[in-house]
Amino acid sequence: MNLFDLFSDYTLRTVALGAGVLGLVSGALGGYAVLRKQALLGDAVSHAALPGIALAFMLTGSKAPLVLVLGAAIAGWLATLLVISIVKTTRIKDDSALGLLLSVFFGFGLMLLTFIQRTPDAAKAGLDKFLFGQAATLLASDVLTMSVLGLIVLALVALLWKEFKLLTFDPAFGASLGFRMRFLDVALTTLIVVAIVVGLQTVGVVLMSAMIVAPASAARQWTDRLAVMIGLAGLFGALAGVSGAVISSSTTQLPTGPTIVLSISVLVFFSLCLAPNRGLVWSWARRQRNKRQLRVDSVLGDLFTLAQQHRDANHAHSISVLRAMNAGRGGVKRSLDEMRRLGWVQQVNGHEYALTQLGRAEAEKKMSQSEV
Amino acid sequence: MNERNASSAIEVTDLTVAYHEKPVLWDVDLDVPPGVLMAVVGPNGAGKTTMIKAILGLMKPAAGQVLIYGKPYQEQRKLVGYVPQRGSVDWDFPTNVLDVVTMGTYGSLGWIRRPGRSEREKALAALDQVGMRPFADRQISQLSGGQQQRVFLARALVQEAQVYFMDEPFQGVDATTERAIVSLLQALRAAGKTVVVVHHDLQTVPEYFDWVTLINVRRIASGPVKEVFTDKNLRLTYGGRVAFLSHNGAGEMAVKQDV
Repeated sequence: MNLFDLFSDYTLRTVALGAGVLGLVSGALGGYAVLRKQALLGDAVSHAALPGIALAFMLTGSKAPLVLVLGAAIAGWLATLLVISIVKTTRIKDDSALGLLLSVFFGFGLMLLTFIQRTPDAAKAGLDKFLFGQAATLLASDVLTMSVLGLIVLALVALLWKEFKLLTFDPAFGASLGFRMRFLDVALTTLIVVAIVVGLQTVGVVLMSAMIVAPASAARQWTDRLAVMIGLAGLFGALAGVSGAVISSSTTQLPTGPTIVLSISVLVFFSLCLAPNRGLVWSWARRQRNKRQLRVDSVLGDLFTLAQQHRDANHAHSISVLRAMNAGRGGVKRSLDEMRRLGWVQQVNGHEYALTQLGRAEAEKKMSQSEV
Repeated sequence: MNERNASSAIEVTDLTVAYHEKPVLWDVDLDVPPGVLMAVVGPNGAGKTTMIKAILGLMKPAAGQVLIYGKPYQEQRKLVGYVPQRGSVDWDFPTNVLDVVTMGTYGSLGWIRRPGRSEREKALAALDQVGMRPFADRQISQLSGGQQQRVFLARALVQEAQVYFMDEPFQGVDATTERAIVSLLQALRAAGKTVVVVHHDLQTVPEYFDWVTLINVRRIASGPVKEVFTDKNLRLTYGGRVAFLSHNGAGEMAVKQDV
């Protein structure tokens, strides 16, 4: 399988396109879910969608994606509303409410699914692909449905950009400006629900929440601007979707959901480590640099103190004196080498050190700074 | 606004808020004239923040009416600016200072319309007023507490309101910022605006404010600082726990250091 296949093979192209669309939409909307600290909501919605899918099939006998997606959306939405009203009217906190709804709905869904599997009906086959997703079964018409829904969702996000930003950052202030925050809250949550159900056939209910949380978490590492973050989350999602779907359908019957989730996890891992400023590697390097700087400063201060205790400003001291003064902090020799490179100290009699003119000036500057 | 000076800037009647059947604000009346700088004081859990939120319709009151310049608040929203508590938002949100301040223009923009050049300029001017212009492009996560507070104030200034409600603008800010905020508040008052500030530091009330409301679930007293900021009212509000205030001369309050 090579890049050429991707453009020539009809099935592969369909699968890749579908997974790309799903990644784009869920990634972008996931950005809001993550910023609003509603990452768990995605998990609840996707699990809660399962009974909706099963019921939609039982009632209509149809496996048309639009019918199933509608069932999933209604069930997912119902679960969301229930979570919100449980939190509002009882003393159960939102994490418990989410867990409660998730397991009740998912358990009910599994029961229905088992029931459907046992009925002697040829049309039943294939509903279980909603558990872990199966991109290979995507048809061009499915992709079209996904694309249209995705386009509507993204267009609404663009249209209500300023309002959704206000809702996410400071809803109380938004309400004081006269915006109907309850409406915006329901609207954004609905869009997130749509983004989730659009991806269910490909990724599956079990792992779909990863497509909400992971691209946004990776994108957050790279930028401090909302627009860039949302765009990047969409891009990461699409990238993971395409690569995961292509890998899973080029081998035999590898479930797509786990493959896509593994792809996005690789992206998250690299982002966490390597992103500038926020990345772990960078912050480690920054910490090391600060530590080195602090050690140099303290050795400089020690030398200055010692020099002031002697009439002779050029009086040299052995490294063991400095080590004793610097008790426990270590790295004295390295700091001295660094200071010699900067021209702050000179080596006298082989292993004794004295401040240079430049070093004294530097020390005085630092002293006066710390006094302010 | 001078011609309306006869009427009140803020008129609150019978404001009552309950949370799980427990009243947190009980039957509060307020009548604030235009152009005053008013402190709202009271112990923790007295309902100070709740009162402001209920006035602004952010919380559904069980009863009560709010008039701004003689008309219901809902009709006068554009005349009202709001500075929420600094801690009420996530300062790690991916945006910069200018963008947050520009949010103050969203109300006059209304739905869908995006801020443009004139909104940007208003925001920059407000940043100038709070001395934060050089920070316009700064990430909000990199601000100190005092700088965050100034950004919130600038956002409210952009609203170009007549009446301002500020929830603890002095909380956790350094002395420099506190002075800057005080002079800003006084400038607002000089421009004829009415400013209501939830405040914690009793010692600075007579120095900073000319009007005060003491509440502890019920309204204890409300009026000019010189008249109502008395030992007796403070004792009623705080339950006899304020030992550091005493009278000094003709009704003036003096403040002794904590014993």
